[in-house]
Amino acid sequence: MRKDRPCILRVEDVTMQFGGVVAVNNFSMEEYEGEIVAIIGPNGAGKTTAFNVITGVYAPTNGRVSFNGDCVIENYPHGKMKKGYLGENAGKYTKVLEPTPDRLTALGMARTFQNIRLWKSMTVFDNVLIAKHLKRTSNLFSATFGANKAEEKQQREEADALIETVGLAGVRNELATSLPYGKQRRLEIARALATEPKLLLLDEPAAGMNPQETVELTKFIGEIRDAFHVTILLIEHHMDLVMDISERIYVLDFGSMIASGTPAEIQANEKVIDAYLGVTDDA
Amino acid sequence: MKAVKTPEESRLISWISFFAVLIFLGLVLLLDQLIKPTSSVYMLMTVLQKGSVYALAAVSMNLLNGYTGLFSLGHAGFMLIGAYTYAIFTIPSTSRDTVYQYFDAVVRFSFPETFSNAMGPVGTALGVLVAVILAGLLAAVFAYLIGLPVLRLKSDYLAIATLGFAEIIRAICQWQKLGPITNGSNLLKSFARTSKFKVAVGGLKLTLSTFVPVLIATVSIIIIVKLINSTYGRAFKAIRDDEIAAEAMGINLARHKMISFTVSSFFAGVAGAMMAMVLSIAQASNFKSAMTYEILLMVVLGGIGSTSGSVIGSFLFVAASEWWLRGLDSGSFLGIEAPNIFRNGFRLVVFSIIIMIVVLFFRQGIMGEREISDLIILRRRKRKAGKEAAK
Repeated sequence: MRKDRPCILRVEDVTMQFGGVVAVNNFSMEEYEGEIVAIIGPNGAGKTTAFNVITGVYAPTNGRVSFNGDCVIENYPHGKMKKGYLGENAGKYTKVLEPTPDRLTALGMARTFQNIRLWKSMTVFDNVLIAKHLKRTSNLFSATFGANKAEEKQQREEADALIETVGLAGVRNELATSLPYGKQRRLEIARALATEPKLLLLDEPAAGMNPQETVELTKFIGEIRDAFHVTILLIEHHMDLVMDISERIYVLDFGSMIASGTPAEIQANEKVIDAYLGVTDDA
Repeated sequence: MKAVKTPEESRLISWISFFAVLIFLGLVLLLDQLIKPTSSVYMLMTVLQKGSVYALAAVSMNLLNGYTGLFSLGHAGFMLIGAYTYAIFTIPSTSRDTVYQYFDAVVRFSFPETFSNAMGPVGTALGVLVAVILAGLLAAVFAYLIGLPVLRLKSDYLAIATLGFAEIIRAICQWQKLGPITNGSNLLKSFARTSKFKVAVGGLKLTLSTFVPVLIATVSIIIIVKLINSTYGRAFKAIRDDEIAAEAMGINLARHKMISFTVSSFFAGVAGAMMAMVLSIAQASNFKSAMTYEILLMVVLGGIGSTSGSVIGSFLFVAASEWWLRGLDSGSFLGIEAPNIFRNGFRLVVFSIIIMIVVLFFRQGIMGEREISDLIILRRRKRKAGKEAAK
């Protein structure tokens, strides 16, 4: 753990309840600048739900998320939820702070999706360029009447530089959906990086990839961490990738955290082996 | 296929469009002088006038339905607001009492008069322009208020809600209690209309009855195209393609949908004002949902997500329904005399069949998602490649 560095993300007692189903129960974690942290767990363990709470897609039933030292999300059981609330720590949180995903992205959190969500009708270049919209200083009128030429030019150059860095320069003008799977993943990461995030959240970046592509992706994730000085939080099923690159791992099962620690600690943890890793037949 | 343009190619396209627009406007101005209302081909001018009204309406609807992916059917309502605003503020004082025969008119001034008293002849033109812009602004204000609750809805539900609001606007405009402003269910007339638009330059008297609506439509469409090509336009397209991804990339959905909705309605209001000045009457009962469907049809025929498609679609639509197929209603068509078959209403039968054929053969509309500029670029590249192969 890099406790000497500032804490980028702190999740405290987050509970997410859908009716009677507790998808995430009392989950807490923290992540320090420059770390690569993974959340793992079997299907339906609540990993993606936890992700969606952190990125503002769902408002949690209870709990708090702080980003870069500021409290960005906080909620307590109220309204309909108050009666049906089953979790602990009731009454600990008193504020209601439910930002939309775009506000969190503006603060410096960017994500990718489990099922790739690129803008289908647009080229690789446009996909990256649109993510730069967030950084504009022009308003509707100056943009329409061409009073923002300098900014437009700068954003285009930045987008091109980014595409060059992630190795997609050769397919710059191709339609995003015409790319092979591995490159679409890369493009999604590039698009997230275009918003100039401090924290990059990757939701199953290796899903559907072959071993060769997975190895490349592992290398790529390490590279972008160093090149763009981002902190990375990822959900992943490929254990090779997770054990290779993450510095710490949180394990979820049925919504609750059952273990956390370094890859070596996790691999030795009885509970985790029972719930998830199992006894391996082959590597 | 859409062509990704190199900087050199986009420069070429801007020059081509610039000169094409200039030549088109010049040609319209010339035709305006040559073809008098008594001429046998005056239908061409009617088509140009009405076509430009519908072209602007269709392009503004395309901004919302095609580029932002918000399926809204409230266009007729916003055009109605535009038409009424324009009409009410340009009725000259001498004819006000005859127009509002059952009511005491509240609005007791007209922009063209006020401005011409202050500035002379230039003021009349300026007054008309101010009334047109005010028409757009008022439509935009209404759109903002309607958008607050309605834009939370998606797809079909949004369509139903906007359709409902458009009908509410129409009903309110026909309300007798609002008679002092809207003249109740009676029509508004005698306001500044295109048939009276004339200007004297030196000793030369110029008719502007077609040139003015064409000019307003051209300028408005250019502004919309500029918006679509700007960073905001790209954000709209991102919302259309994938809303969740757009929000995750920092695009504020509520704000951008509202921008698209109000801008689209602003130009719908301008189109409404143009419609009033072209038809020289404004009556709420004309702005039924059927008008929205007509505009939607033009957008779909031209190609959802193509501005040039919408323009082509609306001119073809107006020309076919107003001009080329007229004979089918009156007994003779293309030299065939068949008064038994070609009688009132037959035009619509043929027209509907043509539309079905077009939709069957052009699934994506005439232009698909392409623009004319894409076609030019692709042709140019093909020719270049051919030349190099020949070497």
